[in-house]
Amino acid sequence: MPAVVLTLGDDISTDVIYPGRYMATVLPSETPQFAFADLAGFNTRLKSGEIPPGSVIAAGKNFGCGSSREQAVSTLKGYELTVVAGSFARIFMQNAINLGLNLITAPGFEAAEGDTVEIVGEVIRNRTSGGRFAVLPLPKARQAILDAGGLISYTRQRLLKTLRTTDA
Amino acid sequence: MGMTIVEKILARATGRQVVTAGEVVEPAVDLAMSHENAALVINQFLEVYKETGLDPAVWDPARVAIIFDHRVPAESPKTATNQKKIRAFVAKHAIRKFHDIRGDVGGICHQILPESGYVRPGFVVVGTDSHTTSHGALGAFAFGIGATEMASVWALGIAVNVEVPATINVNVSGTFPPFVGPKDLVLHLIGMLTAQGANFRVIEYHGSTVTSMSTSGRLVICNMAVEAGATAGIVPCDDETVRYLRDEAGVRDIVHRVLPDPDAVYDQHLSIDVSELTPQIACPHTVDNVKSIDAVEGKPVDQIVIGSCTNGRLDDLAMAAGILRGRKVASNTRMLVFPASGRIYSQALEQGMVADLVQAGALVMNPGCGPCLGVHEGALGDGETALSTTNRNFKGRMGNPNSEVYLCSPAVAAASAITGVITDPRKGARA
Repeated sequence: MPAVVLTLGDDISTDVIYPGRYMATVLPSETPQFAFADLAGFNTRLKSGEIPPGSVIAAGKNFGCGSSREQAVSTLKGYELTVVAGSFARIFMQNAINLGLNLITAPGFEAAEGDTVEIVGEVIRNRTSGGRFAVLPLPKARQAILDAGGLISYTRQRLLKTLRTTDA
Repeated sequence: MGMTIVEKILARATGRQVVTAGEVVEPAVDLAMSHENAALVINQFLEVYKETGLDPAVWDPARVAIIFDHRVPAESPKTATNQKKIRAFVAKHAIRKFHDIRGDVGGICHQILPESGYVRPGFVVVGTDSHTTSHGALGAFAFGIGATEMASVWALGIAVNVEVPATINVNVSGTFPPFVGPKDLVLHLIGMLTAQGANFRVIEYHGSTVTSMSTSGRLVICNMAVEAGATAGIVPCDDETVRYLRDEAGVRDIVHRVLPDPDAVYDQHLSIDVSELTPQIACPHTVDNVKSIDAVEGKPVDQIVIGSCTNGRLDDLAMAAGILRGRKVASNTRMLVFPASGRIYSQALEQGMVADLVQAGALVMNPGCGPCLGVHEGALGDGETALSTTNRNFKGRMGNPNSEVYLCSPAVAAASAITGVITDPRKGARA
C-alpha cells in the first residue's frame, strides 16, 4: 500500500521540483539526484533509497507550473514516484505522460505524511483518514501516448508507419 | 459558428475547414525552437531512431531554430560541452537558424525569433521553453513543450495529439497613465486570473490599448500569458504587426493576416480599462500575488534586474536610461541590465543608453537569461531581496531559496534603483 511521503500546497513550480541551477544536467539517468534540491531533507531521503517506488507526493492545484523543463519530470520518474494533485499545469502534465510519470488528478485530495492510499476504479482512498476522492481522467488526447509506453516509442511507431505508408 | 484565431490557425495547419475547441488535432509545425536544452532534445531524438534501421533526420531543418541564451557564455565545463554537442548536431543536420554566442546575432530566443523574421502570423510555433507564448505577439499560435515532445516534432514535423484549446477574450481599453505600461497590464491580468486561471486555454487580446501597443509591448503581454497558466497568448495580426515584420524583422514576402471570426465562440470574456491602472508588483513567491505599488513602496532592495525575454527590449532600456540619466544607483543596491539581444545592445549603445546606465552605476551585461532563472550571474545572498523586470518570482527562482523576488516594470525598477527601495516612478522620476 503506497504511502504519502511529501505534502505540498498549490502552485508548486518546476523551480521548486528541479531548481534552475541544475538544468545543465539533462539526462534522465542523472537528474534524480537534484529532485527537490532546495527541500534538503526530502532530497536526502530520496537519495538514501528509503522511499520505495510508488510512493506518493500529495499536492494542491496547478502542480508543476512554470518552466517547461523536462528535468522536473525525469527527476521524479527516477524514483517512480506518483504525484496526486488537485490539478496539474499543462506542460508538466504533458511531459509526465510523455515520460511515463504517474499523475493522478484528484481535486480536494487531503493527506498527511505517512498516510497510506489506494486507488480503486475512479476513486482514490486515503486509508488512514478514510477520505475518498474522485479521480479525474486524463485529457483524451493523452491516452494513445500512455498506451504506447511513452512518447519515444509512440513517435517511433508513427515514424515507421509513415515510412511504410510512403513506401507502399 | 465562427472560429477563434487559434482554431483558424489549427484548421489551416491540419488542412481542415473547421476545428473546434476540445478536438484532438495534429498540426504541422512551422517553427520549432530550442535553446541549450536542445542537448536533451538531441538525446531523445536519437532514442526515437534506435533500432529502427533509419538514419536520424530532422524533418525540415529550415523550420528548426536553436538559440543559445540560458547560460552564455558558458558558466561551466558541463554547459560548454553541451553547447559543443549541439553545434556538432546543428552542422550535421544543416540547421541554419542557429544563433551561437555572439555579440551581433546572438541573444535571447524570444527576441531573436521575432527580430530575425522567423515568426509569421498564422504560424504554429513550438518551443522547449514555457515563454514561447511570446510569439503570439505576431499573431502566431506559439506554445511551450518539453524536450521529448520536441524530439517527436523533429522526427515527424507535427505536434502529436494536441487538444484544441478554448480561448479567453481579453478586451483592453484606455490610455496608459505615465510610467504605466504593458508589464503592469499583464501583471494586473495575472492577478485577476490567478496562476491557474487560464490553464489549458488561450488568451486572445483585443481592444484599443492593444491596437495602439507596439510589438515590443505585445511581446510582454503574450510572454507572461503562461504565468496565468495559458497555453498561449495571442494578438491578432494588424498594421503594427506588418510594420514590425517589414521595418524591424526585414520580412519581404507576403504576410497572411489570420484573424478571428466576428462570431467566434469564447470560453470567457474579460475587460480591462488601463486609464486608472497603477504600477503593479508581483510579490513573493507567486506571480499572481499582484499588488498595486503603494502596498510595497519603501521595501529595501538589494539587487535590481532589468532585462530578460520579458523586458529587455529597446523601449525598456530607453525607459530605464531616461530615468537614470545623470542620476546614481543608490549605494545600498546593485543594478544589472541584460539587453534581450545583441542587436538591441548595439542600438542601446548607439543611442547612448548604455552610457547613461553605466555612468549611473548599473552593470550592463551581455544578453542572456542567466539571472532570471538563477543559473548564471547575479545570484542573491541569503535574506536578500531582488526587484526585477523578469517573469517569475517562485521560491528559489533566482538561485537562492532564502531570497525574495518582486516583479515589476522597467520604470519601477529604474526609479527604485535611485532610491534603493521600491519606488513609484510617478513620484518624482523623470522620463
